[in-house]
Amino acid sequence: MRRWFLSFVFVAVTVATLLFLLLPIVGIFGHTSPGRLLDQLSNPVVRDAFVVTLKTSLIAQALIVVFGTPTAYLLASRRFPGHSVGITLVELPLVLPPAVAGVGLLAALGRYGLLGSSMRAFGITIPFTQSAVTIAVAYVASPLYIRQATASFEATDPHLTAASRTLGAGPARTFFRVVLPLARGGLIAGLALSFARGLGEFGATIMFAGSLQRITQTLPLAIYAEFDQSFNATLAMSGVLVLISAVLLLTLRIGLSWQGSPSRTSRSLFGLSSSN
Amino acid sequence: MAGLTLENVTVPLRAFQLQLSLEVRSTVALVGPSGAGKSTVLNAIAGLLKPGAGRIACDDETWFDAERRISLAPDRRRVGLVFQDYALFPHMTVRENIEYARRHTADEYLDRFNIRPLEHARPATLSGGERQRVALARALARDPAALLLDEPLAALDAHTRADVRAELRQLLAGLEIPTLLVTHDFEDAAALADHVGVIVEGELRQSGTPSELVAQPSDPFVASFTGANLLRGKPDGTGDSTRIRLSDGTPITTSDHGDGAVTLAVYPWDITLSRVRPDDSAMNVIAGTITTITELGNRARVTLGPISADITIESLRRLGLAIGDSAYASFKATGTRIVANGPTPDQPSATRDRTGDT
Repeated sequence: MRRWFLSFVFVAVTVATLLFLLLPIVGIFGHTSPGRLLDQLSNPVVRDAFVVTLKTSLIAQALIVVFGTPTAYLLASRRFPGHSVGITLVELPLVLPPAVAGVGLLAALGRYGLLGSSMRAFGITIPFTQSAVTIAVAYVASPLYIRQATASFEATDPHLTAASRTLGAGPARTFFRVVLPLARGGLIAGLALSFARGLGEFGATIMFAGSLQRITQTLPLAIYAEFDQSFNATLAMSGVLVLISAVLLLTLRIGLSWQGSPSRTSRSLFGLSSSN
Repeated sequence: MAGLTLENVTVPLRAFQLQLSLEVRSTVALVGPSGAGKSTVLNAIAGLLKPGAGRIACDDETWFDAERRISLAPDRRRVGLVFQDYALFPHMTVRENIEYARRHTADEYLDRFNIRPLEHARPATLSGGERQRVALARALARDPAALLLDEPLAALDAHTRADVRAELRQLLAGLEIPTLLVTHDFEDAAALADHVGVIVEGELRQSGTPSELVAQPSDPFVASFTGANLLRGKPDGTGDSTRIRLSDGTPITTSDHGDGAVTLAVYPWDITLSRVRPDDSAMNVIAGTITTITELGNRARVTLGPISADITIESLRRLGLAIGDSAYASFKATGTRIVANGPTPDQPSATRDRTGDT
């Protein structure tokens, strides 16, 4: 009797949890007819926000991959003085409140900021431009890619890289032919996570880049701006983000399933201690 | 055939340091217990780790020289290393694995190693023996000047082991480059190599042909490693140095001369078992109760008191021996060797003469 009751409680709680997680999605798509949501996609505010988001996200993620992959490989394959400092710095944006990150970027790169004042001498202004959006997104999203990439590189069998070297392949060939293909699934999963985080970025962007339509207003900022103007536009933009997120979630699952055993990847995915 | 030379190669390890000089011309096996530094030797030769001192050369190329500050990267050393787990690239087919070294097309090796039918298979789908053939083919496709094998039979199950060992032996015999293999199993070493070195705690204890090691083990460790029974005793007090008394009082006669407390080695295949006390030329008889019988192929290892004997399954059946039976083990005085004179500790283990240990 008691055993039966206990399993009933567990099932009921689990069902409630899952329904709770699904609730906002149902809310977005159930509130207004799909036809009306589709109409909103021709709304210029929505269209501009979509273009700004797409452009800044793609550039930010490209930067994250180009800079993050070598960083992750070095952190995963070498132990050097300052290694744990490096790991901590990579994790910093993860724990920093986004608004604080935005203020920090402004203080550093703003007109009278640490680097900003000397950049201004060369005629470069960053705050409240599309570059600022890209920088804010790259800053907050990078840890998700770098941490997952580090874990994937650490999971590649050192015997395989050693075998590659004894077969006459140099470090570069070993990296591109052995390490990268084996870590590929994890890198894709990391990129999906980082992309998702970047799409939702709000706090750092609004502090550092503002919310100017067609220039710096991304989908989350437009959702906030349109909230009391046109709720249908807000819902349409939210719907777009939900669909993109669904694709990213699927990419994440596929990427993780490529990267060998699920136990290993899920441990390294969010575990804060995995890199130490 | 040119050779692979190690001169005083020194690698500090956690509990001791590896120090080794070695000349590899044909096929040499290093045997020793796990943790003796065997794999370290291979990694040092392949360039995967850097020794603290010494010199490694192959043919007339110097691969490592601490004094002259030479240390070639692994990919610059013409060495084929077959890893214990074979380390085949899981994302490549058999053919791609072999062609990775970019020296030759895989075709020659696919035929030579009899793996043509597997050329498009991924390593995960291969059996242990097949993986080993692919790993060997891949290592040789690199055109190495020396071949290194790390525990080549350890990843195989007991089933396929004997077959793969015979196959590997044939392959190694056909190679024209110096080959160094490491294993923890003396029988494997003796089957695969014409020269065997026993390595304990990073130090070469004894080297020679397998039959030399069995005939004249230099110390109790080598004796027990090559499969001997070790018996400890003292002179029986008659002043005759060939007459020894074991701790339980059993008298033993040896053809060697002892001095003080001694350790005797007797090989299991030199021992005869009988149900009644034998009356023949064998000088030594140990009476006891059979504690274990292990059948291995067509022979059985029977343990009785302090001693193990190898007899054929046929003899075992004929005598009708079973665990718990009383029996007699007999061996000739000429079948015994004194491997240690003077006071020896109880166990001739790998920790026996650790130096710098407090």
